[in-house]
Amino acid sequence: MQLEVKKQILSANDQVAAQNRARLDTIGVLAINVMASPGAGKTSLILATADRLPREVRLGVIEGDLASRIDADIIASHNIPVTQINTGGSCHLDAPMIQTALDQLPLQNVRLLFIENVGNLVCPAEFELGAHLDVVVASTPEGHDKPYKYPGMFARADVVVLNKSDLLDVFDFDVAYFERGLRMVNSVAPLFVLSCRTGQGLDAWLGWLLDQLDCHAKPADASS
Amino acid sequence: MHELTVTENILNLVLEAAQKADARRITAVNLVIGDLSSFVDESVQFYFDLLSRGTIAEGAVLNFRREHAVATCRECGHEFQVSPPLAPFCPNCGGYQLEVCGGQGLAVDSIEVSDATGSEEADPECQ
Repeated sequence: MQLEVKKQILSANDQVAAQNRARLDTIGVLAINVMASPGAGKTSLILATADRLPREVRLGVIEGDLASRIDADIIASHNIPVTQINTGGSCHLDAPMIQTALDQLPLQNVRLLFIENVGNLVCPAEFELGAHLDVVVASTPEGHDKPYKYPGMFARADVVVLNKSDLLDVFDFDVAYFERGLRMVNSVAPLFVLSCRTGQGLDAWLGWLLDQLDCHAKPADASS
Repeated sequence: MHELTVTENILNLVLEAAQKADARRITAVNLVIGDLSSFVDESVQFYFDLLSRGTIAEGAVLNFRREHAVATCRECGHEFQVSPPLAPFCPNCGGYQLEVCGGQGLAVDSIEVSDATGSEEADPECQ
């Protein structure tokens, strides 16, 4: 006989993600899940953002990597509270990993939390973490075909950053072609073309980010 | 690689559903997988066979129903099925203003079980 199940395969993960989100909301932390291929510039975007944020916006970072603390050490050297998750070979972060990592950060002193996912354009797209926003970072050396090849990832983005804009010409990167692919699966996510190395385009990204912070209310009693 | 995690979740869901119905054996699992999610059917079945050993789901066959992604051309209205890598142009009019919907499912739809609640027959192979 047939038994109806009708359940999302990752519902157990999604439940923990909802708990993470509720916890972050209670303390007034806006969390952003940063996803990209390896080398696209996730850490660079976090650092370039940190350098330009108003002082009152306190930052925290959760670093996800297969192994090593290379990125976490870079973040820590900028005096940003950071905790490292080593996934031990797993290709993505999941909600229970974030639940544990949240215990290791001084969240009462954090307003904006970047969660740097494992470098991968496939698997992280399937796993909710409890973050409020998903940013997908692409970069010009990867080529302009990425939204066509990895539509699942670009479909779930709330915002897309195209990094290394200073190398557009070197890599014959066609921004219009890239954006058309993005728009096939995602008609709403803003696209910011920028260079973390030169700083070009970062102001627009910062402006958008600060708007998101304004929209995400901080509880009145968060300091108590 | 994430097929392993996904398969663990599938196994937990089907064992739980079978247990609730007092089923003694799961013979098949019917899944709905979107064409935009990058799962390899054979890989999921491979992990399922490994992970389900010694459970009531051992030997169950996984049936994959693919949920298709459909592209609609904003210029001529033509609709066509797509999977990655997405075609950059409409095959009908050559337009490139395309919108893709669907193909993101990832669910356990149902399971096939034997000896569920309500069956009074004793299974001669069980004790």
